[in-house]
Amino acid sequence: MEAAGISADAALKPRTSEVISEFISKYGLIAILIAFPAYYGVQDLIDDGNLTRLGNNLADGLSNGAIWALVALGYTLVYGIIELINFAHGEIFMIGAFSAFALWEPLGLHADTATFSLILGLLVTLIAAMLVSGSLNVMIERVGYRPLRGAPKLAPLITAVGFSFILQNVGILWLGASQRAVPDLIHSQRELFDIFGVSISRGDLLAIAVTIPLVLLLTSFVAQSRLGKAMRATAQDPEAAKLMGINVDTTISLTFLLGGLLAGAAGLINTLYQTNVWYFQGFTAGLIAFTAAVMGGIGNLRGAVLGGLIIGCIQQISDNRIGNEWTPAVIFAYLVLIMVFRPQGLIGEETREAG
Amino acid sequence: MSTIQELRTRPWATYVLPAVLLVAAALFPLFREPLDGFMDDCILALAFVVMALGLNLVVGFAGLLDLGYVAFYAFGAMTVGWWASDFFTGAGGAEEGIHIGVSGFAATLPGIHVNFLIIVIGAIIVCAVAGAIIGLPTLRLRGDYIAIVTLAFGEIIGRVFQNGDEITIFGDYKLSNGRQSIAPVDSIDIPFLEPFDSALNLRPYYWTIFAIVLVVLFVNIRLRDSKLGRAWIALREDEVAAASMGVPLVKTKLLAYATGGALGGISGAFLGAYFSSVNANQFQFGFSIFILAMVILGGLGSIWGVVLGAVALAFVNNRLIPDVLDQGFVGDWLQDLGLDFSFVEISFGIFGFILVIMMVLRPAGLLPERRRQMELTEGIGETESVFEARV
Repeated sequence: MEAAGISADAALKPRTSEVISEFISKYGLIAILIAFPAYYGVQDLIDDGNLTRLGNNLADGLSNGAIWALVALGYTLVYGIIELINFAHGEIFMIGAFSAFALWEPLGLHADTATFSLILGLLVTLIAAMLVSGSLNVMIERVGYRPLRGAPKLAPLITAVGFSFILQNVGILWLGASQRAVPDLIHSQRELFDIFGVSISRGDLLAIAVTIPLVLLLTSFVAQSRLGKAMRATAQDPEAAKLMGINVDTTISLTFLLGGLLAGAAGLINTLYQTNVWYFQGFTAGLIAFTAAVMGGIGNLRGAVLGGLIIGCIQQISDNRIGNEWTPAVIFAYLVLIMVFRPQGLIGEETREAG
Repeated sequence: MSTIQELRTRPWATYVLPAVLLVAAALFPLFREPLDGFMDDCILALAFVVMALGLNLVVGFAGLLDLGYVAFYAFGAMTVGWWASDFFTGAGGAEEGIHIGVSGFAATLPGIHVNFLIIVIGAIIVCAVAGAIIGLPTLRLRGDYIAIVTLAFGEIIGRVFQNGDEITIFGDYKLSNGRQSIAPVDSIDIPFLEPFDSALNLRPYYWTIFAIVLVVLFVNIRLRDSKLGRAWIALREDEVAAASMGVPLVKTKLLAYATGGALGGISGAFLGAYFSSVNANQFQFGFSIFILAMVILGGLGSIWGVVLGAVALAFVNNRLIPDVLDQGFVGDWLQDLGLDFSFVEISFGIFGFILVIMMVLRPAGLLPERRRQMELTEGIGETESVFEARV
């Protein structure tokens, strides 16, 4: 049918099917993203007459999403520079959480430590968790990915999966196979204030307060410093970067270090926020954060933050409305939908091999 | 290597040795007790061989990294759970049930009871369709994006079956039993033979899975040398070049997913019937990695390598880790050192370690396929063309 309609000027005009598919690829993902909260918003309006419940979901979602944003940045940085899904990144986050928790007792931090020493102690654990995660990430790159830089892309991805499992089992040996409750140092559920019935807790504030400066630091580092310039150059064209005198290997190590630092920070915040640690938390977090990175457009820093916040909201709504046993399935369904409709993400540009 | 190549040129090595091995493998249950533990390990190992061969079609031949292979185990096992147990109590009348081609005790039970052979065909169809559907969204994608989408599907399907007791289908039937397993599942019932009983005699199970392995091996070898198999390999080596040479990408890729999935379904159905229960808690990402580690260990794309890898890892998992490392002298020795941990807990760490070590030191596997070996080692260590092979 359509073949009959092709004539000289029809070839110039885009065909209807092309227009539709372009429209879907542009707005389809956004429509799906809005549909989810909108549906429950309407339901709230019908049931309660206000949007408080949805508002609470979104507030929790944003603070949760801030943590995912930090993890997602690690994915996006690494993918941007060597086009590898660092599968072990979620476990780096988990090890960060574990090492922060391990320091609490030696430092004498517990639920009723005085405010000043608490802040000081948490700063120490923050730095320690960041350093542990960062150096672990660099080490994994050195052992597992660098020797395979010339190999087909399958090879480093498989080592990444391997490292992910190794680290999970390190977690099991460290703190056991079951979820472990940790002291609620900051009383994270205590309400600070509420806006139109939407309560903001201490944990929410902490997540936002740590994430924003770290993201700003990172973006300005990548945008302005010499090393950041080297990173961007390597991401754009590794060979040309090498010809320009950039040490590509060091730059890649630096990228892994940055990603690991952020994951470590996210690990500490998550421990304070959720008040438990578990060896398996990294796997789930990794996949959620990866979805966030893809949603924003992998390789794009702002995209990762945006994606993290959105996926945090989706996760929270799904936890609250559908039931948290379904949340992974919901998130993965979103991941598949993004891949189908818009593999380059919300604000991502085409990468060297995207889509 | 050279010794193996020399062996290949001798006729006794090409014909006599495999024939002797085959006969030995077929007859060995006769010399063991009917409920021998070693035979149990062998049955599991052969079931994993089928699965690993299926995954090898997708990852090894067609080069599409599938991290959600557990989906096919899930579908295969659920097929047996649905159609060969009293799960659908009340179907076809509360007392009677539906029975197709079953005899003995199963024919008296309520629920749907279908003969194992029909179920295997059903599992093949279900998994082939599922494979093609999972493959569809990956068609536009490349490399690691495919891995992530298949992983996502594997997790979604696992979750759906794990929470399936909240979903109702056809009125008031649940989709699955959720975290509880579906049990008992009918034992395998092959026409003209007595129904099997895994509590009394494991030999018939061994011979069944042995026959399945032989058929699957034959299919694999024929597929590898067929037009389709060569198209898969062309696709793996260079998608653009393959497409411009006239390889239909969509059809070739979907067939890879469907065939690989079908083999996983056969094995899943067998395992469901062998365990006599179907437990959705097994449908985890770790299972996909377990099978992937078999393929990697043996050698991507190498049929005999994958057989070796599957048998080796199955024994590591079922025998070496629980019985030798945990209970045996290694466990005692570790306890003397004051280290109190269980190797069973960290078995996936061991498989992860195998993945890393193999990829870094011997990426082509234990018994490499020659063409694949060239691909995997080409470019490593050459600093000039560091980034070329990725294009």
